[in-house]
Amino acid sequence: MELCDLTLHEIKDLFAQKEVLPSLVMASVVKRIEEVEEKLGAYLALDLEAAMAAARAADERIKAGRALGPLDGIPVAIKDNLCQAGRESTCASRILQGFVPPYTATAVQKLLEQGALVPGRTNMDEFAMGSSTENSAFKPAKNPWDPERVPGGSSGGSAAAVAAGEAIAALGSDTGGSIRQPAAFCGVTGLKPTYGLVSRYGLVAFASSFDQIGPLAKDAEDCALMLAAIAGYDPLDSTSVRNGQVDYPKELEREVAGRTIGLPREYFGEGLDPEVRRLIMAAVAHLEELGVRVVELSLKLTEYALPVYYLISSAEASSNLARYDGIRYGRAAAGREDLAAYYTRTRAEGFGPEVKRRIMLGTYALSAGYYEAYYQKAQQVRTLICREFEEAFRVVDAIVTPTSPTLPFRLGERLADPLAMYLSDVCTVPVNIAGLPAVSVPCGFAQGLPVGMQIIGRPFAEATILNLAHQYQKVTVHHRARPYGRRRGEQNEV
Amino acid sequence: MKFEAVIGLEVHAELSTASKIFCACATKYGAEANTQTCPVCLGLPGTLPVLNEKAVEYCIRAGLALNCRIADFSKLDRKNYFYPDLPKAYQISQYDLPLCRDGFLTLASGKRIGITRIHIEEDAGKLMHSPEGEGFSLVDYNRAGVPLIEIVTAPDLATPEEAVEFLEKLRRILIYLGISDCKMEEGSLRCDANISLKPAGAETLGTKTELKNINSFKALGRALAYEIERQAELLAEGKTVKQETRKWEEAKQRTLSLRSKEDTQDYRYFPDPDLVPVELDQAYVAAIAASLPELPEAKKRRLIEEYKLPEYDADLLTGSRHLADFFEAVLKDYCNPKAASNFIMGELFRLMGEEGLAPEALALNPAHLADILRRIDQGELSVSQGKKVFEKAFRTGASPAEIIAAEGLRQISDEASLRTVVTQVLAAHPQSVNDYLNGKTKVAQFLTGQVMRETKGQANPQLIKELLEEELAKLRP
Ligand SMILES: [Zn+2]
Repeated sequence: MELCDLTLHEIKDLFAQKEVLPSLVMASVVKRIEEVEEKLGAYLALDLEAAMAAARAADERIKAGRALGPLDGIPVAIKDNLCQAGRESTCASRILQGFVPPYTATAVQKLLEQGALVPGRTNMDEFAMGSSTENSAFKPAKNPWDPERVPGGSSGGSAAAVAAGEAIAALGSDTGGSIRQPAAFCGVTGLKPTYGLVSRYGLVAFASSFDQIGPLAKDAEDCALMLAAIAGYDPLDSTSVRNGQVDYPKELEREVAGRTIGLPREYFGEGLDPEVRRLIMAAVAHLEELGVRVVELSLKLTEYALPVYYLISSAEASSNLARYDGIRYGRAAAGREDLAAYYTRTRAEGFGPEVKRRIMLGTYALSAGYYEAYYQKAQQVRTLICREFEEAFRVVDAIVTPTSPTLPFRLGERLADPLAMYLSDVCTVPVNIAGLPAVSVPCGFAQGLPVGMQIIGRPFAEATILNLAHQYQKVTVHHRARPYGRRRGEQNEV
Repeated sequence: MKFEAVIGLEVHAELSTASKIFCACATKYGAEANTQTCPVCLGLPGTLPVLNEKAVEYCIRAGLALNCRIADFSKLDRKNYFYPDLPKAYQISQYDLPLCRDGFLTLASGKRIGITRIHIEEDAGKLMHSPEGEGFSLVDYNRAGVPLIEIVTAPDLATPEEAVEFLEKLRRILIYLGISDCKMEEGSLRCDANISLKPAGAETLGTKTELKNINSFKALGRALAYEIERQAELLAEGKTVKQETRKWEEAKQRTLSLRSKEDTQDYRYFPDPDLVPVELDQAYVAAIAASLPELPEAKKRRLIEEYKLPEYDADLLTGSRHLADFFEAVLKDYCNPKAASNFIMGELFRLMGEEGLAPEALALNPAHLADILRRIDQGELSVSQGKKVFEKAFRTGASPAEIIAAEGLRQISDEASLRTVVTQVLAAHPQSVNDYLNGKTKVAQFLTGQVMRETKGQANPQLIKELLEEELAKLRP
């Protein structure tokens, strides 16, 4: 067992007992990075010297019993779309090459204030647009369980890094499933918080009304610790919410007996891999054993979720990404000619095909004559989808679905077919449409590949879904499987 | 054929909030380029706007002063277009739910000009182009994110004169409200005009053109007059007016086509997802309404009624809230409003003109002016002495008592000593005395002047006049 394969809370406890110091954990992470990173491509930029120096400073605090917080001395990887002062932040896009922000995202700042160490910035689909991390302008990330396969996306680098022990935990962002789907593909636990719970300040916008920052970690308890660190109102983000402080780690230990979960029929239909279905149903059976009541329900508007999501998110993206014009920062096209040609060349060279596809789609949806039929109509359906979830939550405390309808696919398999790629998000996008919290929890392996179960909660009911996830993880071992290190064999015991 | 003009204005006023509309940067005019910027107003990736509540309050002040309905639910939208002075490539503005709508402003004639809407938005930066051929431009983002209100009128204006009057009245109101300094030369007040012609009495509107680059009140009047003539000529020749945007060229005093309607951009407005809707409760709006100052029209009416001032005086005095306040402050210590008004419109305006001083910068103590006016009324100072003392007080801030003592300025009202001077003067100018006695009474002025000279201007002119008449009468044969 390597230190880098331990959970955040295990390491935290070792620190408390002064059995281990941050620099040892960091050294273990560095060693793992040296062993596997070349193969995995989880990071776009490493900052190991600075992280090691920070670890030694944390050593002193741990030794003195003066930890800054539960994350003091913990190596946490940061997705490349979260701004970090003095660090090139590219969103895996050529157009932001060379962009070094003079400010730090609020969520990252909070981690740093707790003493977290940042080994590096993780790979992602360009501007978080994608479900495989193949849209990274620099290199694809690989799935640690099978490097022939994708780690999911867009936070594929963060998920792969945590799974492989290249970090103890990571921050990702989730616009349509970008934390949960890679968490499922890589066998880690990933939480997308309620829209507004975590400040978006410093998160490079993809689709502002969907984007949320959240943790990817080794289990629900780690996610609770991470969430406690990053949640909270931020005066710099008008959409962040004043919500009473919740002690997420403490809420994990509640009894779940008597809770009701709903299984929406529409998420278990055509297109769902039978192996995935089997593992989800086995997990549901486990929950039932814990005294959770299971009901079937129907979310009839689910079929509209993908078009609604792609219309609105692309519309917002087309506007959010318009600022990358090569005038003030980032990569600019060479040569001076007239302004329009300069813009065109800068953007033609700077953006990848998927980003261009979304910009065109979104621009079209907002254009005069199409706005009503596309953007506005999608907003109306969005309201209906929100209401449908509200109705469902009158009956159930949480909704359980597969996180992804399929197993991790092979690199290149879906690149040529954007629609097939978009279908990867079919179970996760409705959650972003309604701004709900959801967690993806490892629930077993099929063909040696991890499968994730999604637990969706009411707005700001992170404590409820993390509680369910934690109680489930207390009686299961799927989340303890590691692609590297000694615990690997455990996957076969499931 | 006779044509009638149909004119509507779009006025942009920069709000004089201390900080920008979505960040904490200062808004001071004239600072060194790009020193009043931050990651938010530079539109750097990941930054987010946070609405400055003051901008909302100022917009509502304008709305209330212009008789608008104030929305209880309003939102901010993105207006998307590419230009180097626009850091985010969209301007945050308001599209379909502005803060204020359906108001009006009344012209002197009593005609009401409809205010269609007033909304808040952010200003863009400023481009400075290199000299011809050098092929580069510089951008100053100090102005990017400065709050603006856009005021859109109904097409209710019929003549260039009405348009100019409207804009002047509007400017006066915004300055009274303390929400904008409205300096057209600094660009803190900008005006575009829409104008079309239709046959006199016709119902349907003609094709309009939009006039831009109007940089002064005079330019507004001239640009509209030019455009009326241009369009009338076209129509008279049976040609059509093209719907287009035209630029006023100040140097050549003409409008020139800038772009046609076909080139109009699609701004792809949509609600800004980074900002939450603005929801206003009635108590908040009522509190703003209660805090509004007396507006120019009301103040003018009151000055006419309360102080029996002529309309002309009241209009000039209420040209600035500071000036009107100054006038009323003078009347705290002095009870002849018309005399005070005359002195202000005469002497004060003259001195302010010489110094190029705006009413807001006036530092003169109103009690000093009251003191001078009282001394003149009491015969202690002649009018010309009063003016002299006033000028000193205006320039130095010293009190009239100090100035009078320092300059030895006193009016001689002592009858005996003045009579001696008068008899001396008459004895020294026998020819003039002769002329006077022969009916050329105009020489009295000359004789008065001689007395003044002898007394170094300190004699009471009224008394000189009486004594001269008495002494001349004694010399009649
Ligand atoms: Zn700023």
